[in-house]
Amino acid sequence: MLRFLAHRLALAVPTLVLASMIIFALQQLLPGDVATALTGEERDPEVIAFIRQKYHLDQPLPVRYAYWAAGVLQGDLGVSVRLQKPVAELVLEKLPVTLELACLAMLVALAIGVPMGILSAVKRGTWMDAAANGIALWGLSIPNFWLGILLILLFSVHLGWLPASGYVSPGESLVDNLRAMAMPAFVLGNAIAAVMMRHTRAAMLGVLGSDYVRTARAKGVSPLRLVLRHALPNAAIPIITLGALEFGQLLSGAVLTEQVFSVPGFGKLMVDAVFNRDFATVQGVVICTAATYIALNLAADVLSAVVNPKLRRA
Amino acid sequence: MLRLAAACLVAGLALTAPLSAQTLRYGLMEDPDALDPTLARTFASRMVFAALCDKLVDIGPDLKPVPQLATAWELSPDEKTLTMTLRPGVRFHDGEPVNAAAAKFSIERHLKLPGSQRRGEIAPIDSVEVVDDLTFRITLKQPFAPLMAQFTDRAGMLVSPKAAERLGDKFATGPVCAGPFRFVERVPQDRIVVERFPDYWNKDQIQIQRIEFRPIPDTTVRLTNLRAGQLDLLERLAPTDAPQVARDAKLKLASTYELGFQSVLFNLGRAGSPVADPRVRAAFELSLDRAAISQVVFNGEFLPGNQWVSPKHPDYVKEYPLPKRDVAKAKALLAEAGQPKPQITLMVYANSEAPQVGQVIQAMTKEAGFDVKLQATDFTTALDLADKGQYEAYLYNWSGRPDPDGNTFSFLSCKAPLNYPRYCSEGADAALQAERGSVDPEKRKAAWKALADKVLTDRPGVYLMHRKLLWAYSPKISGFVPYPDGLVRFTGLKLD
Repeated sequence: MLRFLAHRLALAVPTLVLASMIIFALQQLLPGDVATALTGEERDPEVIAFIRQKYHLDQPLPVRYAYWAAGVLQGDLGVSVRLQKPVAELVLEKLPVTLELACLAMLVALAIGVPMGILSAVKRGTWMDAAANGIALWGLSIPNFWLGILLILLFSVHLGWLPASGYVSPGESLVDNLRAMAMPAFVLGNAIAAVMMRHTRAAMLGVLGSDYVRTARAKGVSPLRLVLRHALPNAAIPIITLGALEFGQLLSGAVLTEQVFSVPGFGKLMVDAVFNRDFATVQGVVICTAATYIALNLAADVLSAVVNPKLRRA
Repeated sequence: MLRLAAACLVAGLALTAPLSAQTLRYGLMEDPDALDPTLARTFASRMVFAALCDKLVDIGPDLKPVPQLATAWELSPDEKTLTMTLRPGVRFHDGEPVNAAAAKFSIERHLKLPGSQRRGEIAPIDSVEVVDDLTFRITLKQPFAPLMAQFTDRAGMLVSPKAAERLGDKFATGPVCAGPFRFVERVPQDRIVVERFPDYWNKDQIQIQRIEFRPIPDTTVRLTNLRAGQLDLLERLAPTDAPQVARDAKLKLASTYELGFQSVLFNLGRAGSPVADPRVRAAFELSLDRAAISQVVFNGEFLPGNQWVSPKHPDYVKEYPLPKRDVAKAKALLAEAGQPKPQITLMVYANSEAPQVGQVIQAMTKEAGFDVKLQATDFTTALDLADKGQYEAYLYNWSGRPDPDGNTFSFLSCKAPLNYPRYCSEGADAALQAERGSVDPEKRKAAWKALADKVLTDRPGVYLMHRKLLWAYSPKISGFVPYPDGLVRFTGLKLD
């Protein structure tokens, strides 16, 4: 198990370096640079020249990458030219928000998706199966942006139960924090729940049809125990893998949902940074997201190994 | 006894009422950039500065300067020396005095700080000298009529020299000015919080205790937040939402026409392009019905215009009224130019409105024979392409300045930084020098006419209309006065 972990961790380093190089190069394809964006409509040529020089934008691409990489090795992700703030600070400020939103969305997805998937697999072909599939289809097809606005209209404008936007840190008030996060978490979780449900259903159907389940049933194991103790752990592996993938995507920022609910997470930071050619910020966020993504995949592998001992030898 | 209790209760209420946490939540269309008046460039940051930083002078409703930190000013007869007197007893948020030395420091900072966005605005300033504690004298390299107008915006904002020296290039993280509110905190993309400054020179007029600026880019979301009570005030309401807000008894609407313009610029330097021919540009303008564009895209809320200032502006050149649409004449001009079906690519911003304006223009010009293709790009890309001259026609907006010089000089002078059409005319240059050369209203009026004579016939661009700035707010707010610069004045504003 330790060798397995060490091997995976060693692979993570070149992955991160490669990711940073690709994103650095890709950003150069965008027309304009931060000096163009920063000087905005006024465009004083002297200011543009000054900004280009200050942030080494007048240097060739490899030199700029070297400046950036040297900073990262010293723990310095650079400075957001637009906000005049260190990128590391920005990331640390947004990461907890995005992490919390991702966790809550995942909870929603698991709470809806997995039980529904099990139900529709166990009650295959009945009206319950059809209803669960219908709900999943709805969840997959409804756009986040639209669902968000509808929820705000219902719960904030008409009923006045939940705040329409804003973020309160859990340290300030846990209740207000959860109230603010409820709708965005539901909107994000709802879409993932649908995928989750479909995967759970497929995995459960596969397991429920296998010999050992039939044997267990023949031995008189209660239906509940049969599903939860015998079938679900084996069906869990694809669900965990999917969960880790979806979670990783949530971490890179749920742009539209964050926009609708004005949640100050990675998504908003990233979109603003791209439009303003604030490359240091884009680069910093991408590196952090990539690192988290790799960590999550590793966690999923470990979790799968815990659930299924057969995988530990691999 | 009962009476005594009642009296105590009333007294208690009277004491607690002004202390109650009165927070104005103000929805902005974008997250402001650096909160340093010398470095800032966005419209959104100006909205925050309106609370944080007082200026030497403010603009009145007639766009003329009125006292703010400076109470008196005098221009020498040769118009090369301006002497200004500051209001006595004013303090910055850190307790430092607002005096002539601070004014000198701030103006020199605007001129010399590397990366200053203000340098170009006040470049004709040669030197600033302290006369006495409250008086300073500005010497100009040459007469510069728009100077006072520049002082009504960020170039006129004074910063605490002590704080500026202490924070260096991090001043934006804790701006210290002399406005009605002082900086509390900023969480990028989430909020900027300011609180009432108890030692403000005009503190009796400031009723609001705190302001929370919240960037919410999407207009629908911003309005929904106002409806849900998460905001008290929002700026740049979508014109198409205006009738709905006007009908809503729970909301109030305020508006004013902007100082800027929407226009189509032509790249005169593009070899082989039909827009290089002045007759094609004239035909383009003749094929447009400006009122119809405003009606279709902006619900008729925008004001059709054909100059750099709106027809309602005191400096509008009346000799050139809004031209009527004339498709037959446009066709004749195209035939004369030997280009009956010119193909033009029009660059527009990829937002919710610009492509619609582009489509209406496309349809209208088609009737005259034009084949307009739309190229939608993001703001920075468009600026980059315009800078490099890699465009043919560009649907361009300018937010506007109180003095028409701010809408013309940098756009129409030879080789000026915003001269995207690469327009160069001796006549226009002379007119622009003339309008800058004197504050005499008659001389300036003649200069604007001379500029119109050149520019409106050469057509480096076609001015289309002037946006209406719309605010929606809660009826809890009273004393709201719309200003044409689009900035909210917090003086006299109340929140119940």
